[in-house]
Amino acid sequence: MQSQAKPLGDIAGGIAPVPIENRKGVGRRADSLFSVVAALSGSLVLLILAFMVLSTTNTALPIFRAEGISFVTSSDWHPANGDYGILAFIYGTLVTSAIALVIAVPISLGIAIYLVEVAPRWIKGPITYLVDLLAAVPSVVYGLWGVFVLLPLFLQPAAELLSSVLGFIPIFAGPPSGLSYFGAGVVLAVMIVPIISALSREIIQTVPDDDRYAAYALGATRWEMIRGAVLPRGRAGIVGAVMLGLGRALGETIAVALLVGSATTINTSVVRPGYSMAAVIANQFQEASGDHIKALVAVGVVLFAITIIVNIGARLIVWRMAD
Amino acid sequence: MNPSSTSSTREREETGLPMVPEAAEPVEEHKTSTSAVFTIRDLSVYYGGNIALKDVSLDIRPREITAIIGPSGCGKSTFIRCLNRMNDLIPGATVTGEVLYHGQNIYAPDVDPVAVRRRIGMVFQRPNPFPKSVYDNIAFGPRINGFKGNLDELVENSLRAAALWEEVKDKLKKSALNLSGGQQQRLCIARAIAVEPDVILMDEPASALDPIATVRIEDLMQELKKQYAIIIVTHNMQQAARVSERTAFLYTEVDEETSNRWGILVEHGETGLIFTRPKDKRTEDYVSGRFG
Repeated sequence: MQSQAKPLGDIAGGIAPVPIENRKGVGRRADSLFSVVAALSGSLVLLILAFMVLSTTNTALPIFRAEGISFVTSSDWHPANGDYGILAFIYGTLVTSAIALVIAVPISLGIAIYLVEVAPRWIKGPITYLVDLLAAVPSVVYGLWGVFVLLPLFLQPAAELLSSVLGFIPIFAGPPSGLSYFGAGVVLAVMIVPIISALSREIIQTVPDDDRYAAYALGATRWEMIRGAVLPRGRAGIVGAVMLGLGRALGETIAVALLVGSATTINTSVVRPGYSMAAVIANQFQEASGDHIKALVAVGVVLFAITIIVNIGARLIVWRMAD
Repeated sequence: MNPSSTSSTREREETGLPMVPEAAEPVEEHKTSTSAVFTIRDLSVYYGGNIALKDVSLDIRPREITAIIGPSGCGKSTFIRCLNRMNDLIPGATVTGEVLYHGQNIYAPDVDPVAVRRRIGMVFQRPNPFPKSVYDNIAFGPRINGFKGNLDELVENSLRAAALWEEVKDKLKKSALNLSGGQQQRLCIARAIAVEPDVILMDEPASALDPIATVRIEDLMQELKKQYAIIIVTHNMQQAARVSERTAFLYTEVDEETSNRWGILVEHGETGLIFTRPKDKRTEDYVSGRFG
């Protein structure tokens, strides 16, 4: 139709019509080349993931066969005797991560809300920058700092205080140690605060001012506005931020290995030593051989599975909230 | 002078919510009435030291619709945001002059802006329901204001008053964001009504809506004015002429040397007169479509 363009000259003020011509040259070719490259990059992720899952599961298969379900339901870990039960490590991973979340989520949300809703402008920039900087500190530094500074200065006294005040509750029973689920959880919390607060801050920043005005116009105080307008709008995103923090806590290796106390049994008290899945892999891999190595790879497979389950669970929560 | 806000709350509780069609008094009778909802004297607004609105004096009467018209940038929104102290939220904004709400200066040092906004409702240009259910949107205001009565009833009455009940009564628990734009805006009106104000400020409430939704909002305003004073900012002169009893025309003045611009109130009066026999040449030019 366009090719039979009528002379519009009169109407358009004397401008001659220009026929539509396809573009020639590199522009179009680059377009299709780009889409091929992008598709390859995208599928590469899937390939790597599949390769990881298959190769690790394959290595670990003899252990899974030999131990059966007791691999994850028993806490007997005696590589010398060929006993591989990792329940204590699963327990430790979950408990340290839970402690980290309990401490880190309120602090992170507090930081994020303060930076977006409360802080004067001149203070926002520096604090935002410092929080982002904390996220970039390597985890081994956190671990060493935890052992040499935080342990004598805070973790040990705090563990003693907890068990002396709340010791009648089994989860705080003594004898207390700073090298414990609690100690590892605290350092994990410090490590994930920057992640959760930085992401939550960005989420909260995207809440439209219209929402804030709507709440204010109904006579909301600032806190009521935040609770009624900002947090509901940002809820799904904030849950996502928390889940990314949890993902890091679940997989964190060095800092936990240094602080968790390396006890291969389950301790119900959080101020007693324990172990985590990532930490046991890191600590024992050097000396391990034979089935022991396969068992450690199997620990990795289970850790991977748990991480995926947690993430799927989080995604479901986010979806349900979005309704 | 109408006394404190508590007694007017009580009056409202006794009369019940808006569906009770109290006979609206004819406009003419208001001329003898002295009970202005707002008495605005020498109101000026500055943003970071630059004047944005200069020396506006105006009375707002109960149970009437007052339209604020004028070209873009003349300070219409700035003006209406003074009436419930929303300008306090803008960093660097300062307000001088007096805004008497039933005789009480809402800019007096001991007045809490939060308390002001609980008495004066506002509807915004873009519909801005919370990402919550229809029910929770309406209930938000009453809840934060410590409402003790039957919340279900209040929600229903507010939705009925906003002519939305029939459309949403089966989806009160569904997200308000699923409603159409026009429904969302009526929801926002219902939400404002639910805190039982006696004034509703509307900042271009229909400018983001299609013509049919606009008509519904305008019809709704005619119902609401039986109970509330309504102040509407509008770009649309036909809308002002259709809906309002009184019209105020704001205009931008420019300082030739500094090229600073600010809004002034050129004239105000009965809508019919403003549109047919304006006193000021600038009003005449504007309403006859010569600029703006």
